[in-house]
Amino acid sequence: MRTEDQLGVSCRGVRKQFGSGDARVEALRGVDFETRVGELSFLVGPSGCGKTTLISIIAGLLDRTDGELLVLGTRLDDLSPRDRILFRRRNLGFIFQQFNLLPALTAAENVAVPLIAAGMNRRRATDQSKALLAELGLADRVDFLPATLSGGQQQRVAIARALIHEPRVVVCDEPTAALDHRSGEAVMQLLAAHAVQPGRTVIVVTHDSRVFHYAHSIAHMDDGRIVNVTRPNDTSSTTTDHPSELQEHYA
Amino acid sequence: MNFVALRMLTGDRAKYFGLVFAIAFCTFLLENQTSIFANIMRRTASQILDVTDAEVWVMDPQTEYWDQTKALEDTDLVRVRGVRGVQWAVRLFKGNPVARTLDGNFDVSYLIGIDDATLAGAPRHMVLGSWERLREPDSVVVDQAGYLLLFPGKPLALGGTLEMNDHRVSIVGISDALPLFASLPIMHTRYSEAVNFLGRERTQLSFIIARPDPGLTPQELTARIHEATGLRARTTEEFMWDCIKYYIQHTGIPVNFGITIGVAIIVGAVVAGQTFYLFTIDNLKQFGALKAIGVTNWRLVGMILLQAFTAGALGFALGTGLAATFFEIMLRQLATRHTVLMWQSVALTAGCILFVVSVASLLSIRRVLVLEPAAVFRA
Repeated sequence: MRTEDQLGVSCRGVRKQFGSGDARVEALRGVDFETRVGELSFLVGPSGCGKTTLISIIAGLLDRTDGELLVLGTRLDDLSPRDRILFRRRNLGFIFQQFNLLPALTAAENVAVPLIAAGMNRRRATDQSKALLAELGLADRVDFLPATLSGGQQQRVAIARALIHEPRVVVCDEPTAALDHRSGEAVMQLLAAHAVQPGRTVIVVTHDSRVFHYAHSIAHMDDGRIVNVTRPNDTSSTTTDHPSELQEHYA
Repeated sequence: MNFVALRMLTGDRAKYFGLVFAIAFCTFLLENQTSIFANIMRRTASQILDVTDAEVWVMDPQTEYWDQTKALEDTDLVRVRGVRGVQWAVRLFKGNPVARTLDGNFDVSYLIGIDDATLAGAPRHMVLGSWERLREPDSVVVDQAGYLLLFPGKPLALGGTLEMNDHRVSIVGISDALPLFASLPIMHTRYSEAVNFLGRERTQLSFIIARPDPGLTPQELTARIHEATGLRARTTEEFMWDCIKYYIQHTGIPVNFGITIGVAIIVGAVVAGQTFYLFTIDNLKQFGALKAIGVTNWRLVGMILLQAFTAGALGFALGTGLAATFFEIMLRQLATRHTVLMWQSVALTAGCILFVVSVASLLSIRRVLVLEPAAVFRA
C-alpha cells in the first residue's frame, strides 16, 4: 500500500470537456493516474488522446470538469487562483516541446527567470543559473542567445530553467520531439541524471519510443483514458508489456 | 521582471524601432501642426501684443478684431479720459497706405499712428535706430521684414526714403515687430503724420489705448469705460483672443489644421497601436510560458505597461526633439520668425500619445490576460 507522501500526483476519475452542446468534446473520460516521487513517469499515447490536456490539468494550467486531483498531497481546487499560481511557481517546473525560451535573454538569464519571478535578486539568480548550466555542460554558452544555440543546447537550457528553483514536480511535454535521436538521447540522459531525485516526480509526455527505457513507469492513454500502466524495470510488475514490445507498438 | 520586459521589447530591433518611430512620427506631426496653427493664430494679434505701453483698448462697439475697425469720433478720446480710473488715454491710428521706394518697389503696408506727444504705442524692440526719432517730421519706423520686402537685397540702413500718398518720408528706425498674419511691412509714425500719409477722412481715430490708475485692474477699467461711454473696451489679452476667435470662426484655417491633426492622431494611433499589439501577439507564447512558470497576471500587466510606456516615452522624446529642431530652423528664417514650439502643443501631444499608448496597452493586456497558460503546451 502506497502512502500519500510517496505519491507525486494522484488523479481519480478526472474528466475534461471542451465546448458545449453539439460542439462538446470530451478530452478526458475519467482518468486514473498516479506518479511516485523519485520516479520518471512516462505518459504515452497517440495524438489527440488527451495527454497534453492531462498534464495541463496536473500543472494547474487548466481546470478539470470532474474528478479528484492531488498534487504533492494538495488539492489544487482548495487553493485561490493566486495561491495556485504561487504553488505552481514554487513546486512545478516545465519543459516544453518548442523550448519556449525568451529569445531576447541569454541562456543564463532564461534559466534565472523562475528565480527572479519568485523575487530573487537578478545577479544572484543569474549566478545560480550559470552554475546549473555548467553542471549541464553549457558553461561556455551561458551568455549566448537561444537563437545561437543548437536544438539540443536549447533544450538543455530549458531543462535548467525547469530545475533551477528545485521544484517537486517536473512536467515535460515531448522534450525530444524537436530533436534528432542523438540530441534526444542526451536530453533524456540529463533528465534522468539531474531531474530524477528523491522527493521529486517527473512526468514526461512523449511519442518517442526510443527513450522508453528511461521510464520507471509508462502510462498508456487512448481516447481520453489510461488504458494500461507498465513498469518496465520492475520484475514484480504484473503487466506483460516490455519496452521492446512498446517500442514496436509506438514505432 | 522589468529587465525581462525591456529585453523582450528591444530584442526584435526591427519591431522596436518601428514602434518608436511610429510614435515619434505621430509626436512630430502633432506638435508641428498644433504649434504652427497656434503661431499663425497669434500672428493675427501681433500689433496688439506689440503695444506694450497700454493695457486697455477702446474701440467702436462694431469693431470685432484688429483688421476690421470703425473709426471713433475725436471726442471719444475726451470721454474716455474722463472715466474715473483712467491714468492716461491716447489715440492710435491704423491704416493701410501703399508705400513706394525710389526704385519703384511698392507694397501695401500697415501704418500705425501713435500719440504725437507721448509716443505711447511705439515699437520697443529696435534693430536699428531709435523710436524716439519719430518726433522728426515725415519720419517712420519700418519693421525688419518689411524693410527687406521694400528694399530686397539691400543691407539694413537708416535714411532710406519712401513715398506715401505724395509724401516723402524718411526711415529713422528699423524695428523687430512681431510678424503679421499677412506678410506686409509694418510702419510706425506719429498720429498726425499717419492721417496725412493715408489721406484725410472725416473720422480717423481707429483705437484709443489707455492705462488704468495704479490699483485698478484692466478688467475693472474696461467695464467702467463701457459703462460711461458705451464704447467697446477690451484688455490687451481679451482683444488678442477676439482676433484669434474671429479667424477661427471666419476662416478655413482651423478646419485645414484640424484635419491634419486628426489624421496625425488616427495614423499615429493606428500605426503605433497596431505595431505594439502585434508585438504582444508575437510574444504571446513567451507570455504564456511566463504564466506557466508562475508569473502573476499583475506582473504581466506591469511588464506590458512598462514596454508600452518605454516605447511611448522614447518615441515622444524623439518626436519632440525633431519638432524642436524644426522650429529652431524656422525661427532663423525671416518669413517664419517668432514661430516657436509651444509648450501647450507639447503638453497636448503628450496627452494624445499617452492615450494612444494606453489604448494599445489595454488591447495587449486583454490578450495576455485571457491567454490560457496551457496554450504553451500546444506546439
